[in-house]
Amino acid sequence: MKAFDYVRAPSPAEARAAARGAGAAFIAGGTNLLDLMKLEVMAPATLVDINRLDMKTIETTDEAGMAIGALVTNSDLAVDPTIREHYPVLTKAIVAGASGQLRNKATTGGNLLQRTRCPYFYDTSQPCNKREPGTGCGAIGGFTRMHAILGGSDHCIATHPSDMAVALMALGADVEIEGESGMRRVPLDEFYRLPGDTPHIETVLEPGDLITRVILPPSPGGRQTYRKVRDRASYAFALVSVAAVVVMDGDVIDEVALSFGGLAPKPWRDFAVEDVLTAKPVTPDLFDEAADVLLANAAGAGENDFKIPLVRRTLAAALADVTGGF
Amino acid sequence: MRTDLSINGEHFSLEADPRTTLLDALRHHLHLTGTKKGCDHGQCGACTVLVNGRRINSCLTLACMHDGDAITTIEGLGVPGQLSPLQEAFVEFDGYQCGYCTPGQICSATAMLDEVKAGWPSHVTEDVNDMPKLTEAEIAERMSGNLCRCACYPNIVDAIMDVAEGGHK
Repeated sequence: MKAFDYVRAPSPAEARAAARGAGAAFIAGGTNLLDLMKLEVMAPATLVDINRLDMKTIETTDEAGMAIGALVTNSDLAVDPTIREHYPVLTKAIVAGASGQLRNKATTGGNLLQRTRCPYFYDTSQPCNKREPGTGCGAIGGFTRMHAILGGSDHCIATHPSDMAVALMALGADVEIEGESGMRRVPLDEFYRLPGDTPHIETVLEPGDLITRVILPPSPGGRQTYRKVRDRASYAFALVSVAAVVVMDGDVIDEVALSFGGLAPKPWRDFAVEDVLTAKPVTPDLFDEAADVLLANAAGAGENDFKIPLVRRTLAAALADVTGGF
Repeated sequence: MRTDLSINGEHFSLEADPRTTLLDALRHHLHLTGTKKGCDHGQCGACTVLVNGRRINSCLTLACMHDGDAITTIEGLGVPGQLSPLQEAFVEFDGYQCGYCTPGQICSATAMLDEVKAGWPSHVTEDVNDMPKLTEAEIAERMSGNLCRCACYPNIVDAIMDVAEGGHK
């Protein structure tokens, strides 16, 4: 691990000031950052420890939603009684990821910002446009089993690894950010950037920006599920995952929100897929039509071609679970 | 960098480079070698300790981030002649072969049983709002962050189940 200056931030303003310098990084749980620092994939010159900041509460908002502090651990978020009762898809997604030890340390803000597990990003002897812009992409033409079928570019086909963020995307969460010009709220869907020709820029965060809270709208109710397919039964990243929230009116889908993990460089939500399903009675053909829309622009890179039929089946299984049909 | 830690109820003042992980602080600076280094990347769980009662991977956190925290290692759970219930159960059920993962398994299981008592759901819990029932599948899921390359999993599960059902008090 390269040497760094360690700063323990006593307030958000001081944390942001310390993080404005070149090569500074915030550290919260550290479960991903320290792993990457040991491998020298990341080598911040200054580490700004934000663990003492007062961002560890989960509260009800004035709009009857929830505000989750950026430092709330994945465990505390998953077991919160209100989250479990009214946003169970979030609990299910969190407990589908990582291990008990990691969830106890990893935070809400850190989970959103975790880096891809693309092996070419991790291996500093390989080219990677994300790690070292302009060096090329080792994955394209290489081993692609875990890689994206949607949203990638000629420069990067890495996937976003989070389960939690997939559920937050289906729930329509916003990210609250404290920055130079005060507080702002960004919908999670707009928070992440697709790789294009700048895969090293993953979010809309500017230097010194601090995620303070994640805001959930009022509970959508209905039936909520998170279905994850992976190479092991536990403690593995998703090949494909689906977060589904459905409100039924008899046999008809009244409201639906879907998002997908393992498919793309960000948690993937496509409103056109939801439009296909909304106000329709449940049939197997309907689930297939939804998958057709989702996969209209999907392209495998060889070893990940299997994700195309796999997500079709995983979507159908998740929809069957929450609609009660087929 | 000075860091004050409470380890197994005893106060330690650590003077170390900020790069020092909690794991290396325990083993190399405080000579508490019960906690093991396996992968050093949070994948194997051999380094599991309790921080303020919660299990974490000590390899993936810096000692300087834990100023003022209370840390429990395997040495703090029990000592020869005064073993903890899980330590006794691992002996009785032969929950190990080489023993390298065992301190991490026992620290992890100690906190895991508290998580179950507190009603925390897992990936295999049918309804996340129900009180979980500790089945074999629940133990396997909740202990998936602790690998055993000797594959002593059946006996590890038996040992944990025995303690969960009130054995070895």
